[in-house]
Amino acid sequence: MTISIDPQKTNNESLQPKGWLRYFSFSLDHKVIGIQYLVCGFLFYLIGGTLASAIRIELASPMSDFMPRDVYNQVLTLHGTIMIFLWIVPVVNGAFGNYLIPFYVGARDMAFPRLNAVAFWLIPPSGLMLVASYFVEGAAQAGWTAYPPLSITTPQSGQIIWILSVLLLGGSSIFGGINFIATIIKLRRPGLKLMQLPMYCWAMLGTSLLVVLSTPVLAGTLILLSFDIIAHTGFFNPVLGGNVVVYQHLFWFYSHPAVYIMVLPAFGLVSEILPIHARKPLFGYTTMVFSIMGIVVLGLVVWAHHMFTSGTPPWMRLFFTIATAFIAVPTGIKFFNWVATLWGGKISINSAMLFSCGFIINFVFGGITGVALAQVPFDIHVHDTYFVVAHFHYIVYGGTVFIIFSSIYHWFPKATGKMLNEKLGILHFIITFIGFNLCFAPQHWLGLNGMPRRVAEYDPQFQFVNQISSLGALLMAISTIPFLINVFLSLRNGKDAGDNPWNALTPEWLTSSPPPVENWEGEAPLVPEPYGYGKEFSEQK
Amino acid sequence: MTTLDSSKEIQKNNSEVNETHEDFRMFGLITFLIADGMTFAGFFAAYLTYKAVNPLPDGAIYELELPIPTLNTILLLVSSATFHKAGKALLKDKNSDSQKWLFFTAFLGIIFLICQLFEYFHLPFGLTDNLFASTFYALTGFHGLHVTLGTLMILIIGWQSRINGGRLNSQNMFPLEAVELYWHFVDGIWVILFIILYLL
Repeated sequence: MTISIDPQKTNNESLQPKGWLRYFSFSLDHKVIGIQYLVCGFLFYLIGGTLASAIRIELASPMSDFMPRDVYNQVLTLHGTIMIFLWIVPVVNGAFGNYLIPFYVGARDMAFPRLNAVAFWLIPPSGLMLVASYFVEGAAQAGWTAYPPLSITTPQSGQIIWILSVLLLGGSSIFGGINFIATIIKLRRPGLKLMQLPMYCWAMLGTSLLVVLSTPVLAGTLILLSFDIIAHTGFFNPVLGGNVVVYQHLFWFYSHPAVYIMVLPAFGLVSEILPIHARKPLFGYTTMVFSIMGIVVLGLVVWAHHMFTSGTPPWMRLFFTIATAFIAVPTGIKFFNWVATLWGGKISINSAMLFSCGFIINFVFGGITGVALAQVPFDIHVHDTYFVVAHFHYIVYGGTVFIIFSSIYHWFPKATGKMLNEKLGILHFIITFIGFNLCFAPQHWLGLNGMPRRVAEYDPQFQFVNQISSLGALLMAISTIPFLINVFLSLRNGKDAGDNPWNALTPEWLTSSPPPVENWEGEAPLVPEPYGYGKEFSEQK
Repeated sequence: MTTLDSSKEIQKNNSEVNETHEDFRMFGLITFLIADGMTFAGFFAAYLTYKAVNPLPDGAIYELELPIPTLNTILLLVSSATFHKAGKALLKDKNSDSQKWLFFTAFLGIIFLICQLFEYFHLPFGLTDNLFASTFYALTGFHGLHVTLGTLMILIIGWQSRINGGRLNSQNMFPLEAVELYWHFVDGIWVILFIILYLL
């Protein structure tokens, strides 16, 4: 059965607001929705970043003097939740996915444009609700993991708003995932084979599979948790005969794949950026595809490595240690492929490239500490210490956020038709890279020496290293300034980008900048070789 | 098939291809049902874990009676068959037959819900009595929510399949097919739920 596109509907599209107003409308255009995701996510990133600065100010001294301890818990919980559910997941999936996937598959829009708009418009209200919960009896205090019994015993209203908000954001994520799967599998342009798709499509396919398979489990778990809080059932309450470890299993069944939901799209994006700026084909396309799918499969069966100290039986520890160590194999393949892509390339040192290289360096550190944390004897030593904090910030900030910035520098000319200022971009990279490593590298040492995480007060012997870390956080906060100046200046009077400033071959560059409403004036171009840079090079010779 | 600079003729063919595309709404629905199934899978996993590792306190009541749930299982299985009949009738342009079968299916769904409520009111335990009771009500309640939504959707498409001015006909089968798939899914979940909750 086929559906014909109703010309009436297309006419209605043209009645939608024009100019900047369309970013505040229920637009069905995937490019508008992508930018809505990005800007909305960035505003929440600023809020989450402010909270992070508050945490680092508090930790600059060993005593709890900047804010009361319960406020510290709320700030910490909001920081984690906002950064994960309102910045990284929506931006790296929703923003770039919506903007790029229809181009890559040669479509005029996503498979379900209306569902797409619904998925976006779930985010601002739930985000505002989450932030507002601070002003109603205080926000949730149990961290982004909301482990019971802590989440049951802390003040209720904040925790319930937190649950509602995360449920809505999870729903948004599932709708987005369904849309991506349908778009990539069903909406491909005739003649375009799966193995010809740009790598970001594969990354988003894998990510969306994880979203669809694991997010509903979190939703179910949070519903049970809300029963425990509101109706006083005992699912996770040991006093009433419940079992807290069941919560941890169900929670991490989502939240470990969530790490891949945050990082796989970044893998895809970096695979798009590196070949263009190194003028070489992506090394090992097929191994890259199988690595992504391998990470998806393994990512679903490693969750209990977060629970080695939760009375996990030895056979389970053994299984999850081995499974986790195996993930290093596909991830390592991808890293070698990226390095091989750069090897001998004609590399242009620009902001996009620098952030991508920064990603590779940071993520290798995060990956190494990740393999270390998977080993039970080591994990028991550093469990719930700053070592873990350092590890996951190397993954999600040093990894994904670096790629988000890299992608902004790379695709800004396409989305706006203006180039970003390179000098400010390089300044942004230098401050971010130094600030980030200054902030999080010392935390490995803190963790190894036994400083627990999620505390407002600590042993005074750790003060000096904490102050170095806080200095790094200050640099990270400052690094946002050149970026914002750059974006606003370039939007006003940036250099015109032209259709294809990077001489790229992937389909989004084969249309005008910014692209027209249905992406192409005529038919969608067929790009059988999105990474055919070597050929272009030899032809030039 | 084509290269970047394809000829005019191919462009024309392709623009026709672009105007129509395959109907993948069913594909989207199946993806959604997989996601929904994972929610139930999480609940089932929690229930089975509790059963294995969390012994109930002495004197906890967790006996269930079989007659009503067995009747309910039969009701849902029969309703799946009657829904199938409705689809067959609509395909042959027998709209009024289809409507009758749909309303009969919705009727069976309502009877199911009434039986479920009857069971709730006559069980010797409440939601917060013990872990088994909580899990029992959460699982059957979540499933009951699905049945309620399904019944409402069947009533809506039943209304839409009326002969004059109805939106549902043999040319536009999608709403019926979608609700039918959803209903079979809910039935399937009930069978699993019946086995692990009542029979195990």
